[in-house]
Amino acid sequence: MSGLGGVPPEMRDVEVPGSVPPGGNGTKPVAETASSSSARDEVPPAGTGEVLVEVQDLVKYFPVLGGLLRRHVGDVKAVDGVSFSVKKGEVFGLVGESGCGKTTLGRSLLYLQRPTSGHVRLAGQDLNTLKPEQLRRTRARMQIIFQDPYGSLNPRMPVSDIIGEGLLAQGMKNSQERTKRVGDSLDAVGLRRDYTRRYPHEFSGGQRQRIGIARALALNPDFVVCDEPVSALDVSIQSQILNLLLDLRQQFGLTYLFIAHNLSVVQYISDRVGVMYLGRMVEVADVDELYEHPRHPYTVALLSAVPEVERAKAKKRIVLKGDVPSPVNPPSGCHFHPRCWLRERLGNPEICSTVDPRLQIVGQGHAAACHFADRTQQETERVATPVGEVA
Amino acid sequence: MSQSIDEISLGVPPSSDVLLDVRDLRTHFKVMDGTVPAVDGVSFQVRRGETLGVVGESGCGKSVTALTIMRLIETPPGEIVGGEIWFDGRDVLRLSNEEMLDVRGAEMAMIFQEPMTSLNPVLTVGDQIAEAVVAHRKVSHAAARERAIEMLRLVGIPEAQRRVRQYPHELSGGMRQRVMIALALSCDPKLLIADEPTTALDVTIQAQILELIRHVQQETGTALLLITHDLGVVAETVQRLVVMYAGKVVETGTVEEVLRDPQHPYTEGLLASIPSKTMRGSRLNVIKGSVPNPFRMPVGCRFHPRCPYAFAPCPDHEPPLDAQGHPERRVACWLHTAPPFGIEQRPSYPAVLPARATAGEVAS
Repeated sequence: MSGLGGVPPEMRDVEVPGSVPPGGNGTKPVAETASSSSARDEVPPAGTGEVLVEVQDLVKYFPVLGGLLRRHVGDVKAVDGVSFSVKKGEVFGLVGESGCGKTTLGRSLLYLQRPTSGHVRLAGQDLNTLKPEQLRRTRARMQIIFQDPYGSLNPRMPVSDIIGEGLLAQGMKNSQERTKRVGDSLDAVGLRRDYTRRYPHEFSGGQRQRIGIARALALNPDFVVCDEPVSALDVSIQSQILNLLLDLRQQFGLTYLFIAHNLSVVQYISDRVGVMYLGRMVEVADVDELYEHPRHPYTVALLSAVPEVERAKAKKRIVLKGDVPSPVNPPSGCHFHPRCWLRERLGNPEICSTVDPRLQIVGQGHAAACHFADRTQQETERVATPVGEVA
Repeated sequence: MSQSIDEISLGVPPSSDVLLDVRDLRTHFKVMDGTVPAVDGVSFQVRRGETLGVVGESGCGKSVTALTIMRLIETPPGEIVGGEIWFDGRDVLRLSNEEMLDVRGAEMAMIFQEPMTSLNPVLTVGDQIAEAVVAHRKVSHAAARERAIEMLRLVGIPEAQRRVRQYPHELSGGMRQRVMIALALSCDPKLLIADEPTTALDVTIQAQILELIRHVQQETGTALLLITHDLGVVAETVQRLVVMYAGKVVETGTVEEVLRDPQHPYTEGLLASIPSKTMRGSRLNVIKGSVPNPFRMPVGCRFHPRCPYAFAPCPDHEPPLDAQGHPERRVACWLHTAPPFGIEQRPSYPAVLPARATAGEVAS
């Protein structure tokens, strides 16, 4: 845990002082599995440019059944044609409001829910082409951390089984080996090795989330989907978990897809960020570029809506009208057009409600799906009003 | 100048500019495993037309404080074991249940976190608002109905004439919260208590609702008690702030004073642990450990096991909520108050605390 080097001992975020062995080299607790690469140590901490996960035109519809005969009457278009890629070693943040499809996207790209169509490639390998047995093996390389630290741990299982179950499923039959690996994972997340015989109810929310992280780590993954991993936690515990996730990335060369609705958290942890609205990716850019020069009008409004402690009174805001429409029957053309302040400002051009805008390059590593992305910044200045002055 | 806490003379009403005066309030819950002191000696004031925020993490007692003010604590298991709540010249803890019915909903009203569960699913929103108006005002049903439409317009619901006949399930989360606000304001209350009014909402809808609360508060002149865990929300909504930890008030002041210059180590730690752009690339500050087990509250200062500055008096003596400069700027911390007689003076600042909590204590 060399990442702790600059922090005075009393400020360390370990709930259990003394449980993490000091020193950097001796603490690589998770041994290599047969299924994963052994070149782990050579992966530098930040993105290298090499693509680890590639998502292409991913679609996930859930059928809506209606009437007496439970006929198929429509689809919830949860994810509606999303493409992006995550580079090795980077943290890709995914933001959006509830119902925008970010969680479904995270689950379908792990094939926890099979996508309706589209492709997911992990290190170049298309998951569609894998046979069930191969897919099961590949799962060891891609893991997930869930939002709810209460609902995601089986209350009837001791910690050793919660963490060890995945190892067993991946064919580690030797129980001594498994026990060692479980202990190593607990070590890595700052819990004591001898917690293995305890049950989830004996732990606090923050500790449970650490157990969830240990479970994901046990299989020595390359890629971890973090689905709202800190949303259920109080601020003081949230920062402990964020620090831990960053330490683990450094230590094990992990790549994260970090899904969250909290924009400050995403800004803190991510290298690149994608913004979703009603099943589509509307903007992707490097984190600083996105937060400072947003080009999609939805991103502008979303960022301006965040209440901040600093500069609370100086902040300018665009308050959106209305609610997010239903994903069963999304608006035509650009999904955002009925709520779009930019469209209104430009005199409601017809193209917005008729033509679906594709993600287009608008700058260095920056793409936005808006017909008028070149007008956004200029108009933002004119439309935003100081907080508290909106009628 | 209003009365300050150290001059409290229990039983004497506060000066008339003070609308709500909570004094040494104690609400405990007696359950099978013991007693949970959810609110344990909380004092603060809200002046007429003022906006006050109460912040703290889950379990700090902020919601129980609000429910106690509304006299909505169920007994058993809850019990108000001490203190006074002066509201508009009366101690509401001494009112009979019948007298309280006239106060609750009419003079003080509350907005809850989850609008779906706090609205009646089998009544139209118009009927629910009209019901409240008829209960508190001598008006005809038709007039109450008119009032309902007027209130829905005030909170920015389009097509109020039509919406008034809809049921809660036909409305979105943001619309439901608007209905809750319309309902709460329908009898012109002097005090509006909002308990996490935007926590269940998305950030763009939260911005709408906060703008609305600010707007109607200024329009109607009602006092606002806003309870939240989100420091960003209070920063842009209220004038004064109360910070709670483990059933106690640890710091009060204007919102600028508390957020720009936090004096209590808990407030300081809370502010420093908020992730932001400036923190990118560096580790976040953390408050070590977790909130105490309510059945075994630490003696002395309740924050001391997690406090990086804890020194001699902290584990044994509870710090008073002392004024710093002016009567409304208060901090309960031995760093800012002369320690009790006989205790050695504070060590060089900041103190270094040896790791106190052991693993066994944390998990069991």
